[in-house]
Amino acid sequence: MIRTGTRYRLLALFVLPALAVYVAFSVYPLISSVVLSFFDSGTQGSSTFVGFGNYVHLFTDKYSSERFFNALGNNVEFFLIHLFVEVPIGLLMAALLTSHSIRRSRGVYRTLLFIPATLSVVIVGFLWRLIINPLWGLVSFPLLGDSHTALPTISLMSVWEYVGIPMIFLYTALIAIPDDILEASRIDGAKAWATFWRIKFPLIAPQFGLIAILTYIWTFNGFDIVYALNGSAPGPNYSTDILGTLFYRTFFGSSGQVADLDLGATIASVIFFIILVTTAAYFVVLQRRIKTYEL
Amino acid sequence: MTTAPIRAPFQQRKRRIQRGDAASAALVHVLLIVAAVAAIAPILVVVMNSFKTTMGIFGAPFALPAGDTFNLQGYVNVFTKGNFLLNYTNSIVVTVATIAATVVLGTMAAWALVEYQVRISPLLTGFFIVGIMLPIRLGTVPLIKMMVATHLIDTLVALVLVYTAMQLPLAVALMMTYFRSVPGELKEAARMDGAGELRVLGIALPLVRPGIAAVASITMLPVWNDLWFPLILAPSKANQTVTLGVQQFVGQFQSDYPALLAALTLGALPLIVLFTVFSRQFIQGLSAGYGK
Repeated sequence: MIRTGTRYRLLALFVLPALAVYVAFSVYPLISSVVLSFFDSGTQGSSTFVGFGNYVHLFTDKYSSERFFNALGNNVEFFLIHLFVEVPIGLLMAALLTSHSIRRSRGVYRTLLFIPATLSVVIVGFLWRLIINPLWGLVSFPLLGDSHTALPTISLMSVWEYVGIPMIFLYTALIAIPDDILEASRIDGAKAWATFWRIKFPLIAPQFGLIAILTYIWTFNGFDIVYALNGSAPGPNYSTDILGTLFYRTFFGSSGQVADLDLGATIASVIFFIILVTTAAYFVVLQRRIKTYEL
Repeated sequence: MTTAPIRAPFQQRKRRIQRGDAASAALVHVLLIVAAVAAIAPILVVVMNSFKTTMGIFGAPFALPAGDTFNLQGYVNVFTKGNFLLNYTNSIVVTVATIAATVVLGTMAAWALVEYQVRISPLLTGFFIVGIMLPIRLGTVPLIKMMVATHLIDTLVALVLVYTAMQLPLAVALMMTYFRSVPGELKEAARMDGAGELRVLGIALPLVRPGIAAVASITMLPVWNDLWFPLILAPSKANQTVTLGVQQFVGQFQSDYPALLAALTLGALPLIVLFTVFSRQFIQGLSAGYGK
C-alpha cells in the first residue's frame, strides 16, 4: 500500500499535464467567455463592466432580438427533426442488426450503415446539394432555395449522416442482453416482435435518455452543415440560421454586419446556458426516474 | 428409447421455429440491404461521377463512366489548382499529434485517478467527465484572444492544443474503465519487486491496449472532420486542413464539377478506409465512452 502523502504526489504528477491542457483550452475559455459577456470592450483595448447590458441588448434590441429568437426557433426545429427522425430509424436499424437470424453478416452491415457518420459535414452537405440539384432530375423543386423547405432539408441531410450514432448506442445495448434471457423467451414461444417490445426494449430504454441529451447538445452546438451549404449567409430569409451560425456571424462579422466580440460572447453564453440547464435537469430528474434494469 | 416420445414434439417445434427463422432472416436482409444502399449509394454516385466529364455528369448522372464520358481532368485540376497535398499533410499532422497527446495525457491521468485514490479523486474524475458534455466551441472568443496573445493564431499547434483539450475528457473516462479491470495482484507484485510507479504503469499498459486503440480511433474522426476551428484558428492557405480545403475549393470552383466531385472524393476516402479498418475499436470507444 502506498502512503497517502505519496499518493497525492503521484496523483499530481500524472494528472497535472492533462489537467493543465484541459483547463487552459477548454474550461478557462468557456468561463472566460461568460465573463466577457458582462463587459463592453472599447476601441483602445479598454473594457468596461456593463452587467447584463449585452444581454439586455441581445434580447430587446429590435434587430438582434429578432435574429436571436429566429435562430433559437430554427435550432429547436433542427433538434426535433433529429430526435424524431434519427432516433426511430436508428432503433429500427439496431433491432435489425441484432436480429438472431443474421448473426454472420452483422459486422458488414454495421460498418456500411455507419460509413456516412465518418464523413465530414462539408462533404455531406455538398454531396446532397448535388443529388437534389434540379438539373439531375431526382428532385425538381429547389429544396434549399425555399424558406419553408431549406431547414428541414438540411436537417435531414444531417440525419442521414448521423443516424449511425443512435444505431450504435442501441446496438451495443441490445447485444449486451444475455442470450439466455432471449433463449428463454424463444422457448416459451414468444415471437420476435413480442420479444423485442416486451423484453429487449425495456432493457435498452435508459439509452434513449442518453441519446436524446447528446442529440440536444450536438444540435444546439450545430454549425458545420449549415455553414457548408450556405457559408455565413443565413439561407433564404434567415430560415436556416441556427444559434451556431448566428454566433459565428456575430463575432466574426460578415457582409453587412461588423464583428462584435462582446455580443458574440453573450450569444455563446446564452447557448451554453441553454445546454447547461437542460443537461443538468436531465441528470437530476431523468437519471433518477428511469429504472436501470440490473442484469 | 424412453426419451423419444418426449423429444418428438420438441423437435417439431424446433423445426417450425427454424422455418420461421429462414423467412424472417430473408426479410431482415432485405431491410438491411435497403438501409445500406441508402447509406452508401449517395457516396458512390459522387465517386463515380468524379471520373466523368461535365457533359457526362449532367447528361447521365447515374450512369457509370464510359468511353467518351470517362475523364480524369477533375483530379488534375484538384491537384494543380487546389492545395490538396498540403491539406492532407496538415490534417495528418494535426490528427496524429492530437491522438498522441490525447493518448499519452489521457492514459496518465486515468491511471492516476484509478490507482492513487485520495479524497479529491472522485471530484477530479467528475471534473474531467463533465468535459465530455462541454461544448468547447462556445469558448471560441477567448480562445482567439489567447492564441493571438501567444502568437499561436494561424498555426497547427493551436489546433492540436484545442483538440487535445476537447478529446481528453472522453479519453480519461474510457481509459479509466480499462484500468479498473487490470488485476491488482499484477501491480502489487511489481511493486513488491521494487518497480517504480512508471514501471508499474508500463506493466499494466499491454492489458489496456484495446482502450488505447478505442481512444485513438474515437479521437480521429471529430478532429479530421472539424470545420469550425480550422476556419477560425488556422485559416491561411499554408495551414488549411482537408475539411477546410474542400470547403474553400468548392466555394471557389463552383462550376468545375469534375474537380468539385474529385475534391469531395479525396476528402471522404481516407476516413472511410480508416473507419472500415478500425470500426470495431471505434464502436467500442463510442459505446464505452458515453455509456457511463
